[in-house]
Amino acid sequence: MLNPVAAIGRVVLSACRVVGELALFALEGLSHLLRPPFYARLFLRQLIEIAYFSLPVVSLTAIFTGMVLALQSYTGFARFNAEGAVANVVVLSITRELGPVIASLMVAGRIGASFAAEIGTMRVTDQIDALTTLSTNPMKYLVTPRLLAGVLALPFLVLVADILGVMGGWLIGTTKLGFNSASYLKATMDFLEVMDVVSGLAKAAVFGFVITLMGCWCGYNSRGGAQGVGAATTSAVVASSILILAFDYILTEMFFAR
Amino acid sequence: MTGVIPKIRLRGLAKAFGEKRVLDGVDLDIRAGHGMVILGGSGSGKSVTIKCILGLITPDAGTIEVDGRDILAMPRREREELNDRIGMLFQNGALFDSLPVWENVCFKLLAQKRITRAKARDKAAEVLAQVGLAASVGDLSPAELSGGMQKRVGLARAIAAQPDIIFFDEPTTGLDPIMGAVIDGLIVDVVKRLGATAVSITHDMASARRIGDDAAMLHKGRIVWTGPASVLGESGNAMVDQFARGDREGPIQMELRR
Repeated sequence: MLNPVAAIGRVVLSACRVVGELALFALEGLSHLLRPPFYARLFLRQLIEIAYFSLPVVSLTAIFTGMVLALQSYTGFARFNAEGAVANVVVLSITRELGPVIASLMVAGRIGASFAAEIGTMRVTDQIDALTTLSTNPMKYLVTPRLLAGVLALPFLVLVADILGVMGGWLIGTTKLGFNSASYLKATMDFLEVMDVVSGLAKAAVFGFVITLMGCWCGYNSRGGAQGVGAATTSAVVASSILILAFDYILTEMFFAR
Repeated sequence: MTGVIPKIRLRGLAKAFGEKRVLDGVDLDIRAGHGMVILGGSGSGKSVTIKCILGLITPDAGTIEVDGRDILAMPRREREELNDRIGMLFQNGALFDSLPVWENVCFKLLAQKRITRAKARDKAAEVLAQVGLAASVGDLSPAELSGGMQKRVGLARAIAAQPDIIFFDEPTTGLDPIMGAVIDGLIVDVVKRLGATAVSITHDMASARRIGDDAAMLHKGRIVWTGPASVLGESGNAMVDQFARGDREGPIQMELRR
């Protein structure tokens, strides 16, 4: 037990085991997309839960982020007489990074926790075993509709966040920083490229998969009653938040590294 | 039972969780159309035995035959078809709290598309009536039901698809003696009406005598006695009689740490 090499080995093996289990879990969840029966009603319910009911929190966060971004960038650029770049910085930051990341972090807190708690409670109260005895595959019933809903809902939310984030910057730019409305919008549109938005939406789809996967996986594997469900909920939010930031870097490298 | 193929036959069933050997070679025959009660102390492996038969846990060794066929060697589709013929009443009901009672009751029929959602409500009302509940209960959420009503709804769900094998996990646990007797009476009635084979696990001796034709005692992962449920308490087996009478002294020593 005192051998540090053995301790490191145990940690590495344990990490490999968890990654392997998670990968198999994800593959099984995805494989049910191709095999009937399909639970359209459950998918729609999850889509509404993620896309519609997350709109207020994502919208508010995006507006305030755009507002703060305009204020901060103006303060910084004013030192170099480059205030005109505010619109450019706001739109690029929002569409490429802040829109996808902040919206996803908000959804991770709301949906990741909710999925982990709901599925975890079902696990510890035998409801998942009951599904099996009722001729229903729990992965197909619980996990697959959520994964699909997450992948489709997050790009929609990020598109909304992009629009509202830019609007937040425009609001501050025109009411507080003295920009002309038409020239601010023109600068915004001049610098915006299709790839900026598309990369953000692609990131959102990946983040949506990560959030729903971690929520489902932590819940599905929870053990030990209320404490276990609480631990699963915490793990789902923490793990998906870290993975969102890690995948953000990887995807940014893929899209924009030269 | 010689010459007659039992409905369920277990041979050498073994299961360990880490160092703990829960089942250590369980041999048991369960007659078709009869009620078998499996007795045993907490942690003796009763639930694990049932979960192995249901396919919720994979045993480490041994065979499980249903109607003479080894279900552990069955192809997945055949195993699913077998599960379609099995009902299960979980100890805590394991009702799906996201669904109303009527949808819980008809869950299996809906999953197998043997009934439309439009007709499921009427079917649920019919099955609820068989367990002594009014049709209006169908519109309630499981959280709105008392413990006894949850057991009855769980029983209704277990029998709705007219299974030919039904498992009961501690059907009277947590109920007052009168409600326990009511549930036992319902179990006996529905099992007789369906002509099903019933397998129950319980600590409740009064319940065991009411719902069981046969009984088996599981101790330290092995079946130590089988016989008629009617002789429990005066079976001639010291372990069974001690357990049935709840005597502190006897061959079964509880592992208590002081």
